[in-house]
Amino acid sequence: MSEFIQEINWSPLWISLKTGAVATTIAFFLGIWCARKIMKMKPVSRAVLDGILTMPLVLPPTVAGFFLLIIFSLRRPFGKFLLENFDFKIVQTWKGCVVAAAVIAFPLMYRNARAAFEQVDVNLIHAGQTLGMSDRKIFWKVIMPTAAPGIASGTVLAFARAIGEYGATSMLAGNILGKTRTVSVAIAAETAAGNYDVAGFWVVVIVALSFVIVALINIVSGRGMKSRRWI
Amino acid sequence: MSIHVNIEKKFKGFSLKVKFDTESASTGILGASGSGKSMTLRCIAGIETPDRGEILVNGKTLFDSEKKINLKPQERHVGYLFQNYALFPTMTVYENISCGFRGEKKLRDEKVRDFISRYHLEGLEKRVPSQLSGGQQQRVALARMMIGEPEVILLDEPFSALDGFLKDVLQRDMQDFLQEYQGDMLMVTHSRDEAFRFCRELMLLKEGKTLTFGKTRDLFEQPGLVEAARLTGCKNFSRIEKLGSRYLFALDWGISLRTEKEIPEEASYVAIRGHWIQGRDTDGENCIPFQPAEYVENTFEHQYLVQTPEMDKDTVLWWMRPRNSFRETEERLLPEYLYLPPEHLMLLK
Repeated sequence: MSEFIQEINWSPLWISLKTGAVATTIAFFLGIWCARKIMKMKPVSRAVLDGILTMPLVLPPTVAGFFLLIIFSLRRPFGKFLLENFDFKIVQTWKGCVVAAAVIAFPLMYRNARAAFEQVDVNLIHAGQTLGMSDRKIFWKVIMPTAAPGIASGTVLAFARAIGEYGATSMLAGNILGKTRTVSVAIAAETAAGNYDVAGFWVVVIVALSFVIVALINIVSGRGMKSRRWI
Repeated sequence: MSIHVNIEKKFKGFSLKVKFDTESASTGILGASGSGKSMTLRCIAGIETPDRGEILVNGKTLFDSEKKINLKPQERHVGYLFQNYALFPTMTVYENISCGFRGEKKLRDEKVRDFISRYHLEGLEKRVPSQLSGGQQQRVALARMMIGEPEVILLDEPFSALDGFLKDVLQRDMQDFLQEYQGDMLMVTHSRDEAFRFCRELMLLKEGKTLTFGKTRDLFEQPGLVEAARLTGCKNFSRIEKLGSRYLFALDWGISLRTEKEIPEEASYVAIRGHWIQGRDTDGENCIPFQPAEYVENTFEHQYLVQTPEMDKDTVLWWMRPRNSFRETEERLLPEYLYLPPEHLMLLK
């Protein structure tokens, strides 16, 4: 057993965690920014944009991966532009892992942030305005703290989704050991190669991690033990 | 010191059209729920934007659709006391109050402490709003509003969320507070008692439209319009036929009445508040036989719904009669007749 553990290449776990952390950070700020913008929009444009922003959540990840490949392919204008001007390569690199995970995790962050903002009593905003507080101050001092539990659970969910991402990641970033092989990609690859013990090991790791994440969500959102029972 | 409002705003199935000019320091807006009272306040505060019109406070234009002026709520210096107080739930009392401070930062702490003691909030500085009683919450909201030295304050149903005893206490506190306050106050309420108690002038609002505007006492005495009388709590109305300059026949009550004031040309209704009706044992002028059809037992008054054979069958006359004790029953010392004093008859359009 200890021999088996010693022979495990841990890089997929670190890559997964690193990807999750960076992708969640991107999704966090982008999701909150979008949710804030959309709260100020008129109903029609709000509905349209909300639909577009939520798409990655309902689309199969492989479809998202397909779109991402088309956008960032080095043979296409945008991908070429990034490579030539910024020496930025997304396809088949770790950055690809991050982009794929961020895109897939984004809707969870955005939707949770938006739901949390919608729960904030608009009179708090109006009170802040009549008291002479700037919109920025109202957002950071009043809205964000009030919406904090919802935003925190959105962040944890986004992180969970980001470290588990498989479909879009495998299409955009591929499966390069030590570079783009995340735990999810490793499970698929090891299973395909018949290495059930290594695949099983990663499954155990993911299950344990997921359990910790669910517990975290319940703690930050104040649910779980404290919530009231029905009946 | 004046507030000038003349605004219009259209919604789906509802339109607001409000116009008034205040002269005294305390003005009330009285109307049923959904009549647009709060919307009017929100327009003045700048939270809502009217479609058309202008809003001036102490001569300063806050909004003018023609001159394309629309100050942000932050620039209006209008204090707003929300119905649920809208205290910031994640902040302490101290932080809540300091949010309302405007001016140089180094003066802030001193002024916040001053307001905490002025509004009797010592010892509560570190609490969050959910740990405060209703009365304490209102004082924090008042302190937070007043620390910014607003030019006018808007009170949105300040007592509607409170239960009986606390309401009495807070109404007294509010009266003290308003006595010290130098600026203008505009209060929205659906309670005629609050309107009468706190407001020198009154605007009556119905379905988004200004019915009348005037001195509170005058409006209660001579509301002028049937709807205005109804809003100020009058329950007894009858169509009239004019018989002389001070003599009329009340069609729905089936009785001839003498009035104290001359009957205006356009008057088509007579009305009387149930509290002003008196019991009499002998028949005479302005008297109708006392024939109660229904009885409502109230804490401090008896309410009789009177109906005589001469009256229109859908009409009743409410008589509110103070009680002498709780044991007193409805039958005690009932009069033979009801007297409608000429000086209390209101002639309405």
